[in-house]
Amino acid sequence: MEPEDRVIVAIAGLNALIGALDRDGYRVLGPTVRDGVIACGDISGVDELPAGWSDEQDGGRYRLTRSGAETIFGFTSGAQAWKRFLHPPRQRLWRATRDGDRVRVHAEPAPDERFAFIGVRACDLHAIAIQDRVLTEGAYPDPFYTARRKELFIVAVNCARAGGTCFCTSMGTGPAATSGFDIALTELPGEGGSSFVAQAGSPRGAALLRDVADRPATAEECAAAEAIVARTAASMGRAMPDHDLRALLLDNPDHPRWDDVADRCLTCGNCTMVCPTCFCTTTEDSADLSGTESTRTQRWESCFTMDFSYIHGGSVRASSRARYRQWMTHKLATWIDQFGTSGCVGCGRCITWCPVGIDITEEVAAIAQG
Amino acid sequence: MDQMAEPRMAHPLVPRVAHVRRRWRDGPDVWTLEIEDGAGSGFMPGQFNMLTVFGVGEVPISLSGDPADGNRIRHTVRAVGPVTRALARLRPGDPLGLRGPFGTGWPTDALDGRDVVIVAGGLGLAPLRPAILQLLARRDRIGRLTLVYGARSPDQILFARQQDRWGRRSDIEVAVTVDHATSPWRGYVGVVTTLIPRAVSDPANTVALVCGPEIMMRFAAAALTDAGLPETAIHLSMERNMKCAVGLCGHCQFGADFLCRDGPVFRLDRIARRLALREI
Ligand SMILES: Cc1cc2nc3c(=O)[nH]c(=O)nc-3n(C[C@H](O)[C@H](O)[C@H](O)COP(=O)(O)OP(=O)(O)OC[C@H]3O[C@@H](n4cnc5c(N)ncnc54)[C@H](O)[C@@H]3O)c2cc1C
Ligand code: SF4
Ligand code: SF4
Repeated sequence: MEPEDRVIVAIAGLNALIGALDRDGYRVLGPTVRDGVIACGDISGVDELPAGWSDEQDGGRYRLTRSGAETIFGFTSGAQAWKRFLHPPRQRLWRATRDGDRVRVHAEPAPDERFAFIGVRACDLHAIAIQDRVLTEGAYPDPFYTARRKELFIVAVNCARAGGTCFCTSMGTGPAATSGFDIALTELPGEGGSSFVAQAGSPRGAALLRDVADRPATAEECAAAEAIVARTAASMGRAMPDHDLRALLLDNPDHPRWDDVADRCLTCGNCTMVCPTCFCTTTEDSADLSGTESTRTQRWESCFTMDFSYIHGGSVRASSRARYRQWMTHKLATWIDQFGTSGCVGCGRCITWCPVGIDITEEVAAIAQG
Repeated sequence: MDQMAEPRMAHPLVPRVAHVRRRWRDGPDVWTLEIEDGAGSGFMPGQFNMLTVFGVGEVPISLSGDPADGNRIRHTVRAVGPVTRALARLRPGDPLGLRGPFGTGWPTDALDGRDVVIVAGGLGLAPLRPAILQLLARRDRIGRLTLVYGARSPDQILFARQQDRWGRRSDIEVAVTVDHATSPWRGYVGVVTTLIPRAVSDPANTVALVCGPEIMMRFAAAALTDAGLPETAIHLSMERNMKCAVGLCGHCQFGADFLCRDGPVFRLDRIARRLALREI
């Protein structure tokens, strides 16, 4: 099968794909309904996917709804980005044991888990590519991320609907999955249930597709799939203002809008936890009571905490104005200097999960107004 | 993902184990540790290590010894919080964890023929000490050499005995000032920036190396530019919270720069705009 070839995969074929990945030793993860939200978790078959579910999202608001259709991927981004598997919230780094004055440091072994992600959206493909740059392409790559990433198998899904807070079109990151996947699917709703127009993005993906596809897709089916994605792009309600964001933010560190947003921002850090590209971490040391063993653990950290910029005597960014400015300026401006790409993929999570509904596109627009 | 680095590589956040050989007091709450670092590979003046006290934590501390001393390295620590207090309590023979050296150094190799002004405030002399020692070891290669040092009070003067010895030499000028004098003090009183003009005689041919509290560095940078030094001849060592020192944890960002990787030593022309901003 050639990479540009499209094939039709039925629901049973998707089920077979999940089964094949499982047999190949992958831990298969996909969207499931949990506690009133879509969350990623272990799945063993298509019937665990959120068929019939959709969502309503807006600034500070998320509600799971019945879609009235039996489509499997009718919802959009959930709170959890895939980073929680590749760059987990907690990660032990090493353990030290002490015998008198002799100390030995035992490095945590590199993880050997192989993940298969089912249902990765275009924005999140870009987010993974961005974290690849941050965590694997510097002088000191993160070996744990690198190991997990190297084994990762990705089944992408093209979005059939724009979520209420999505703005990927304006960031050039979606809604179509164009690279960075092993297999990409577009769901075609049908009378007797959905089927998928599928495309391979890697030799591994092509080999698996060959086993689970029904038949080649017709020209009409391919056109229908493209029309679905085009409709999603056209119906997106939000957009990042079309500006040189890097110059805009670097030129405006003293804009009055920072005071305005500081009045609303609770510095809770939700936006950084849900953002699929935020990568910052801190470390914690613990010792057992006898003092013979100690452990260092890495965990996610947010630039919205006071500790983040603490140096003896106080925090460098003590005001919420400075902390919001740091987050947004990093995301949209200095990230470009550091990694050659924006740090935002337009997934809208920070807008949905901000308790006060602060909208990054609105904040940019206000600054752009001068 | 085939182009990615080998997954079994050593984790850059895992420290090696080293041992304290000697320790001594270098001021109130300030201790210098001499450490045998068998796996050390030399360092540039201005660089730092990440030091771990097992079970307590890890902090960035500058190398304060002579770069010519090989694997016997020194760190000078002010005990201000849990980790630095635990470091200051280490005794000869005690183990500690060590990663590094990290960061950019002072441009000591690019100073031939230039006058050098070293401006230090408080503990800021610690990362400059290796530069001074290196310059003194090849003294004939540079022009006028001046150390301008400010401390809060006479008893807070860092490396006081060594500064006295330097002061008696003819090949380095040492000017020390204190914010608050106590009785036997007969030296300068006032901020360190007031001593800068007389340390600069040939501004077009002078390079300045500056380290101290951020506020002091702002004023020092202004005084040096006022004295006629171009921004490209002024080097500053910045400070930010730091957890990993290898550009992965995000804490030490200063604008687009990661202090651990692009600093801590920066040339003023690169950071002048940011240095003028608060809470960056
Ligand atoms: C490049 C660099 C070189 C340094 N060189 C020296 C030196 O030679 N001698 C020396 O005594 N101190 C030096 N410091 C400062 C030293 O790292 C802090 O004093 C130390 O981290 C305080 O940790 P603590 O746990 O004892 O205290 P706390 O004040 O309780 O600190 C809590 C945590 O905040 C962070 N933190 C606090 N203060 C600083 C700070 N000033 N810089 C960075 N992180 C901080 C650390 O992660 C620390 O663990 C240097 C800092 C940097 C960035
Ligand atoms: S900044 Fe907001 S919209 Fe952009 S990638 Fe992060 S969470 Fe998504
Ligand atoms: S912008 Fe919203 S989510 Fe982010 S820290 Fe502020 S209140 Fe929390």
